[in-house]
Amino acid sequence: MSKQTSNKATAAIRASLKKRYARERRFQWYGRLAVLTGFVFLFILLADIVGKGWPAFTQHYIEVSVNLDPEVLGLPPNATREQMFTADYLGAIKSSLRAMFPEATGRKDKQQLYRLVSIGAEYDLRDRVLKEPQLIGHTSDIWLRAHAEAGSYLKGQVTAETAEADRRVKDQQMGWLDRLRADGRTESRFNTTFFTQGDSREPEMAGIRVALYGSFFTLLVTFAIAFPIGVAAAVYLEEFAPRNRLTDLIEININNLAAVPSIVFGLLGLAVFINFFELPRSAPVVGGIVLSLMTLPTIIITSRAAIQAVSPSIRQAALGVGASKLQTVVHHVLPVAMPGILTGSIIGMAQALGESAPLLMIGMVAFIMDVPAGVTDPATVLPVQIYLWADSPERGFTEKTSAAIMVLMGFLILMNALAVYLRKRFEMK
Amino acid sequence: MERVEQQEPVAGSKGDAIRPPLDIQAHSEQKDYETIGTPFVTDPKMTARNVNVYYGDKQAITTISLDIGRNEVIAMIGPSGCGKSTFLRTLNRMNDIIPICRVEGEFCLDGDDIYADDQDTVLLRARVGMVFQKPNPFPKSIYENVAYGPKIHGLAHSKAELDEIVEDSLRRASLFNEVKDQLDKPGTGLSGGQQQRLCIARAIAVSPEVILMDEPCSALDPIATARIEELIDELKENYTIAIVTHSMQQAARVSQRTAYFHMGKLIEVGDTKQIFTMPKHELTENYITGRFG
Repeated sequence: MSKQTSNKATAAIRASLKKRYARERRFQWYGRLAVLTGFVFLFILLADIVGKGWPAFTQHYIEVSVNLDPEVLGLPPNATREQMFTADYLGAIKSSLRAMFPEATGRKDKQQLYRLVSIGAEYDLRDRVLKEPQLIGHTSDIWLRAHAEAGSYLKGQVTAETAEADRRVKDQQMGWLDRLRADGRTESRFNTTFFTQGDSREPEMAGIRVALYGSFFTLLVTFAIAFPIGVAAAVYLEEFAPRNRLTDLIEININNLAAVPSIVFGLLGLAVFINFFELPRSAPVVGGIVLSLMTLPTIIITSRAAIQAVSPSIRQAALGVGASKLQTVVHHVLPVAMPGILTGSIIGMAQALGESAPLLMIGMVAFIMDVPAGVTDPATVLPVQIYLWADSPERGFTEKTSAAIMVLMGFLILMNALAVYLRKRFEMK
Repeated sequence: MERVEQQEPVAGSKGDAIRPPLDIQAHSEQKDYETIGTPFVTDPKMTARNVNVYYGDKQAITTISLDIGRNEVIAMIGPSGCGKSTFLRTLNRMNDIIPICRVEGEFCLDGDDIYADDQDTVLLRARVGMVFQKPNPFPKSIYENVAYGPKIHGLAHSKAELDEIVEDSLRRASLFNEVKDQLDKPGTGLSGGQQQRLCIARAIAVSPEVILMDEPCSALDPIATARIEELIDELKENYTIAIVTHSMQQAARVSQRTAYFHMGKLIEVGDTKQIFTMPKHELTENYITGRFG
């Protein structure tokens, strides 16, 4: 009798098993699908950015037989360095180009011819001559930076298939470029300018360095302010503060602060730090302070969670041998909580790195060509630079935008790698 | 409140002739009760008088008075939730870290009021060390674990002195021979029993006068337990030890006196032998004979 009932139960369980396993399998598939979808979107995004941004890392050069005639340059014999500095290199380039392509006679044709090389070529040539003054008076083949539009044709981004009116590289220029290419007078090089220069109106002259340094200095200030204050606040609230209405209120407000739109912090920065304290505009120091206000709640909340997660037995052990409260926290709780605190801080810093809205309010959107040397020099930051370039009509800036995004992501990966390294070091101890 | 003094004859000592039937429920609600046996000794190391402990509104300990004699091992036994651990933790003010916990009563360590306003808990906990239920070594090296206490209290003036304290403490916790080649390895990498002995070494490294042990063997296997019990036996030469345990055999093996707690009350205190062979109170008898708990 009892055997039968147990068999009945077994049968019922067996029948339900199938259903249960099917449910589990379905659930697993939903999960896989979700992960896959995420990856597909991420891949599309990355492929698009890398595909668009990759060409920005190369820059085409055109070899021109430049006749450095002192007369064209406007240089007297035995010219001083100063005279060489102010010589008319543009004139030399123009006359050399005319000599290479004598068919360009009309005003318009000539203008198109000149637009094969970058405006910056003049300065490249000047620097070259200053380094090698013996070039003066001779005709030598010199590689000159190509104009962004010419470059985009050489890179194959613009083809003759597009109607001439719809592109900035005209048929005539294409013919010249084809001839140069056939003569082996064009060359693609790694674009160092992109990493060594600041912003420019000309895509081929524009670089990321100001934004990179700006971001670095801004984050430095943010970290220097937000990390110690955030951790100290978390430790105090978690370990020392009494639990009462006031601390509850503070806790609620910190949580609310984390949800405040970032542009509000920008307005605050503008009103308080720039208008009231008269700190310099567009400077990483102000940007850093504003972003640290934004990052603080994140760091406090995650640090508190990390401190809370430290097992009470370690606290008791420390108190049990007679450690004071502060010694317990500093010697035992913080080292154990540090990996969690660092993770939270990095999340906060990553947010700060990607933030542009509050920085627009404090003037970090300015067009800045000089690389900042410190936290008080005007600078811009990577996301703002991306925004500025994305807004520019020139074709050359499209690839620069994507390239800047790649640099931003590289920066982020570097930061995360540092965090992982630090976390590993703390965990080993 | 009427309290029984040691000299006075106590109810149970009159013999087992007439004992009223036990009403546990009524007993637990009764605030006024008498501890049977010998809660007081002539040469106490620590004294506790009229102790009440509350967690919020809940009373965890009701009017307990107990002495802990010099260089004795006193075992505290009783069913779960009887307040024995809570009582133990009042002795070095570990309950201070629980915000809702409130302690009443008078506590003295060699005549010093340990709950006085000017009593430093840091100093108190250096004098009254503690070993916890779960081995809780710091996530640092074995050496650091033992050296931490002496370091923060400034007990060693040189590296050599510190080394000596560490070695001596580990020896006295009979752990030194097992770990002498791996002092720089993390303490958390040891086995459970070794970890607990490390915790004992850590406690004795600051030369406490009293060591409180809160179920030190509950997480250990019988062999590790035996080692710890041997150790307790050796330690009682130099220290006063109060041990909370769930194991009656352990209490019988290691202690000279035993205190039986029940529902926040101290029911009976006496020589360990007497408690386990001739308990005077019915609750004690029920517990040690395994009728409940």
